[in-house]
Amino acid sequence: MTLLAAEKVTLAYGTTAVVHDVSLTVDEGGVGLIGESGSGKTTLARALLGLVRPRSGVVRYGSRDLAGLGRTGRAEFRRAVQPVFQDGSEALDPRMTAGASITEALTTHHRMSRAERRDRVDALLADVGLDPALAARRPHEMSGGQRQRVAVARALAVEPRLLVLDEPTSALDVTVQARILDLLERLAAEHGLGYLLITHNLGVVGRLCRTSSVLFAGRVVESGPTRELLTRPAHPYTRALRDAVPRLGGEPPRPTGRTEAAPATSGCPFRVPCPLAVDRCRDEAPLAREVEGRGVACHRAEEVLGHVSREDRDAPRQ
Amino acid sequence: MTTPALPALRRTPLRRLAGVDRLAVAGAVLLAVVVLAALLAPWIAPYPEDGGSATHPLEALLPPSGAHWFGTDQVGRDVLSRVLFGARTSLLIAVAVLAVSGVAGVVLGVVAGYAGGWARDVIMRVTDVFLAFPALLLSLALAVVLQPSVTTVIVAIAVTWWPWYARLTASVAASVATRGFVDSARCLGVPAPLIVLRHVLPNSLTPVLVQLSLDGGGVILTAAALSYLGLGAHEPTPEWGLMVQQGQTLFTTDWWVVTFPGLAILVTAFAFNVLGEGLRARLAR
Repeated sequence: MTLLAAEKVTLAYGTTAVVHDVSLTVDEGGVGLIGESGSGKTTLARALLGLVRPRSGVVRYGSRDLAGLGRTGRAEFRRAVQPVFQDGSEALDPRMTAGASITEALTTHHRMSRAERRDRVDALLADVGLDPALAARRPHEMSGGQRQRVAVARALAVEPRLLVLDEPTSALDVTVQARILDLLERLAAEHGLGYLLITHNLGVVGRLCRTSSVLFAGRVVESGPTRELLTRPAHPYTRALRDAVPRLGGEPPRPTGRTEAAPATSGCPFRVPCPLAVDRCRDEAPLAREVEGRGVACHRAEEVLGHVSREDRDAPRQ
Repeated sequence: MTTPALPALRRTPLRRLAGVDRLAVAGAVLLAVVVLAALLAPWIAPYPEDGGSATHPLEALLPPSGAHWFGTDQVGRDVLSRVLFGARTSLLIAVAVLAVSGVAGVVLGVVAGYAGGWARDVIMRVTDVFLAFPALLLSLALAVVLQPSVTTVIVAIAVTWWPWYARLTASVAASVATRGFVDSARCLGVPAPLIVLRHVLPNSLTPVLVQLSLDGGGVILTAAALSYLGLGAHEPTPEWGLMVQQGQTLFTTDWWVVTFPGLAILVTAFAFNVLGEGLRARLAR
């Protein structure tokens, strides 16, 4: 069942649109949203959380438009959908102890006795693998991993059905990242949570998400089963991202073109760094279409699919 | 994974004191002396009745001596006693002005900063109008319209002082409002007024508190200026500015009448500034 969906959502700061016409569905499994910094993924997450209103398009909670929700509908949405942000030190009030932060989440929608609150805080901290004694600490007295666990505990306090995870591990050390991902995976399974995982890290998505979308310059360029996207990308940008992941024992990554180049404003936004760009890419913006079980916005997707070995791509291009 | 429990980190008063800047300590000590003088004036003043309307014509304009450490004024009152009682007036004015303008400025500023949009525009434009007037001029105009008294001084200064706090708080609160913990409170469904009270306000307050302590000196100077110009406290209220004004014509012959209240103004304003500066330096670290 669809919990949260963006339908043709466009988001803008002032007159600059940062997300264009994006559609995305989050159901009860894990869904990935892949993009580099500046791709608009965090802005999209904020829209899905109801923190910013789309310039056009609709964010749906179940079947209802988020913008049209009344008081009770909104409270229900707030209980059902919770964020985990990039950095626990940002997401927690520096002046509040871990216990106070979690208690705030507990008491926002329910009245609770003092003893009940303390028990729930202890249980939540234990659930995310922390010693309940940490309830007395403030964020600056904890490690990055501990802060992120507290942020997860706080999100779980309202017993949500869906988590929006915005780069939940990118501020952490690699070893801590793995443990936080383990935790999220276990909690999602135990609590039957859906989640949208927003990241630039393909390895993370490959592990936690059945389906994924790839965002480039505020547009979904490819979406489909994560395994397919990673093994047989159909969009040159997805392929470039995949090839940029360093592998042990393999040759060093050779990024395809300059993906950090400013996106083109006409035609296909990826045509400047794209090794496969032809005249058509300049004249005509590619529309998302169905190719081999996935959605892809590229005129030459078929060629990309037949083009995946490392040797025969990257022909020198003048 | 469980994290081993560590003894909770606590800040002991001693550790806190050791970390505090020497400058701030000096300011705080100096200010504490002034506050004590104000509180204990009736008991420590050698001639408590001289804090009021008593006159001793036969002892007028005596130079400093063992009996009158700071000498006596035109009507024979002990200058030391009047300086001690004057601390009450000055501190009362400073505290009242800072409380009134601080509360008004912080409330308006935090609303403007968090709400943004038209609420911010309206509040900030009103603030700009007040800031457009030279502060002392606006205070003077108000003091002229109202009856000269200590209350008038408080009102006249507070009116020109709050916009600074409103502007400062608004800019701090606007940046706090973009922090992750405010977003995460919004995502919990915490109502906006509670978000402001619980998260935005406490996290915006520190720079305002520093500014308040820096401004204490300025308020005392302005109050003295208004009283000096005859628009504030009047006889027989012991007020440093008023004493300076009354003593200034005697400066060449009876220097003590004007010098000691002048020094009191200087020391108090200096204490506030040094304390504020010390706090600011500590925060910047």
